[in-house]
Amino acid sequence: MSVSSATIGQAPSVDFDRLVFDDVSRYFGRRRALAHVSFESGAGEIVGLLGPNGAGKSTALALAATTLQASSGQVCYGSRSAAQLGSALRGRIGVLAHELQLYPELTARENLEFFGALYGLDRAAERSADALARAGLDARADDPVGGFSRGMRQRVALERALLHDPTLLLLDEPFTGLDEASAEALIERLRSLKAAGRIVLLTTHDFENAEAVVDRVVLLKAGRVAAMDSSTGSLRDRYRHAMRVEAVPGGTA
Amino acid sequence: MTQRLFLPVIAVAMLLFAGAPVLIAWAPYESTMGLVQKIFYFHVPSWVMMFLSAFVCGVGSAIYLFKGRAAADRVAVAAAELAVVFGLIGLVTGPLWARKAWGVWWQWDARLTMALVLWMIFVAYLLLREYGGPGSEKLAAGVALFGMANVPFVYWSVNVWRTIHPTTNVVPTLVPGMRGALWWSLVAFLLLFTAAMMARVRLEGQRAALDQVYRDLDD
Amino acid sequence: MTRFARVAWLVMRKDLTVEARSRELLLTTLFFAVSTVLVFAFGFVRDGRAVEDAAAGILWIAIAFAGTLALGRTFERERYHDVLHALLLAPVDRPAIYVGKLLGIVALMTTVELVVVPLVALLFQAGLFRYPLHVAALLGLGTTGFAAVGTLFAAMLVRARSRDVLLPVLLYPVTIPVIIAGVRGTAALLQPEADLAMAGAWIGMLVFFDVVFITLSLWTFEPVMTE
Repeated sequence: MSVSSATIGQAPSVDFDRLVFDDVSRYFGRRRALAHVSFESGAGEIVGLLGPNGAGKSTALALAATTLQASSGQVCYGSRSAAQLGSALRGRIGVLAHELQLYPELTARENLEFFGALYGLDRAAERSADALARAGLDARADDPVGGFSRGMRQRVALERALLHDPTLLLLDEPFTGLDEASAEALIERLRSLKAAGRIVLLTTHDFENAEAVVDRVVLLKAGRVAAMDSSTGSLRDRYRHAMRVEAVPGGTA
Repeated sequence: MTQRLFLPVIAVAMLLFAGAPVLIAWAPYESTMGLVQKIFYFHVPSWVMMFLSAFVCGVGSAIYLFKGRAAADRVAVAAAELAVVFGLIGLVTGPLWARKAWGVWWQWDARLTMALVLWMIFVAYLLLREYGGPGSEKLAAGVALFGMANVPFVYWSVNVWRTIHPTTNVVPTLVPGMRGALWWSLVAFLLLFTAAMMARVRLEGQRAALDQVYRDLDD
Repeated sequence: MTRFARVAWLVMRKDLTVEARSRELLLTTLFFAVSTVLVFAFGFVRDGRAVEDAAAGILWIAIAFAGTLALGRTFERERYHDVLHALLLAPVDRPAIYVGKLLGIVALMTTVELVVVPLVALLFQAGLFRYPLHVAALLGLGTTGFAAVGTLFAAMLVRARSRDVLLPVLLYPVTIPVIIAGVRGTAALLQPEADLAMAGAWIGMLVFFDVVFITLSLWTFEPVMTE
């Protein structure tokens, strides 16, 4: 697996071993997107953010990705905040957003090479070729992404997010549009990232696949942490149960 | 603090405005323009106030943009609204005078054009805040900053383009009676501006506080 | 090549590659500019001849209108599939992204001008090629100034509502000095007795405008793009 062997392009000083949400709130005007959310996610751990639409899952991911700033509270990478770490921090984060963030007019290879160059990776072309092989898209590598199916684009986007071997990986609904084989491959991929000590945070509605890969779940409801656990038992049952009871103030588990 | 100052300021402003007609009536009758000239006591102060408001808005926006202080944004939006209001007074009174002086309602003269352009920038600022959706305060601050930086360029370009407006040095050459009335009006407008700013900034502050209360209630 | 220049180059090359493949922006913008010239020709041509200074005005109006359209569309591409966020997430100096987008827009507008300028010269018997260097300086500097402000505004409007209509509403008042300089400078060159000193003065103002507004944009890009 090339994940662990890939060179790390950034200075080691930016690196961190856990992501910490410390009493984080985010408001848009009066509208609450996220309120007093606290949780931690360590290296080699896959944390699932679950919750109904509008629960604040995407806001939480955007906050972790530094594209949004918290109204109060702090998101910390290791012991430092995004402000302390500066722009190099962004080079340690990989994001697979719900919108796939690919240029439809460019080919899969061009998309990967463009972002690889933007991230300042050496051997960007080589890495892109490897990534395309991993995604099983060698044959379509030089076709414009606009002609791809959702599942294929999803695979390209995942490779794009992983191209620079990020320490923190943020995945928004990664199972959307994937067929069974691709979902299997994604689960395998996530497991190897876990083994390589990466921090993975993902949102999903797909209980079966989540159950297969997630170490711990944070259940969000209306912007608050409704429950947080790593216990066994059917994820779907726990989810249903958590959504019925009132949210826990402060969201501590 | 500002709350306690508000009443005296508005009271003095009102007194000055009440006294202004007397002073303006006493001021010497300008021979060529006649009665219309007296618009001048209203027209000049309103433009001065618009430029002052524009300046305050630009500075407030810059502070908000680079330092992220929400209070600076509240000052900026209050000033932008006043810039539009005072500018509108100027835009209405100007043509009334121009009709008599130049024989036309509007002239593409340098100062008129410049004032119109600046006024448009602040209208655009308010439109962006109104219709830009959440987060547009920051974008509007950028527009205000660009609008400020634009003033010397507009000034220079429209000046080269054309000039027929009576120049600023008209003030020192005014006969003493006229000068007194003009200064009186200027002070009255300045106090009005101050009072309006205080009220408007306070309102924005209360709004922000109310938002905070709603959020706390939510917790 | 410094990292800043490299990022700007990458973003511009990406924009030009996308454009070379779809040709959507170039063709629509170009046709729009030509339509604008035509529409204004109906307004300002009397007895078979354009009224005085009309050619200069029509040329710059066409450039400003077409430029606005191109600015809106090029950032619509970044908004589509949310790619702009991916750009902002890259560990680069964000102003470099601004510079890359600006270069792409200037390249596109210059291509459009290569067609529109000869067209205006032909249709209005305007002597735009009598002083090619002066005209080129006015066009180059004017386009850069217009695009410098426009790129920042269009980029920040990506996350605003009503962005289509807000772009011209914000852009035109701020770029009025560019339009005046362009129109008056070009008109000075088109007179029977060309006024080179006047054209030179306008070119000088445009240089100042470009320097001030590009500096200001590089400064404000980061704060206006963070949410």
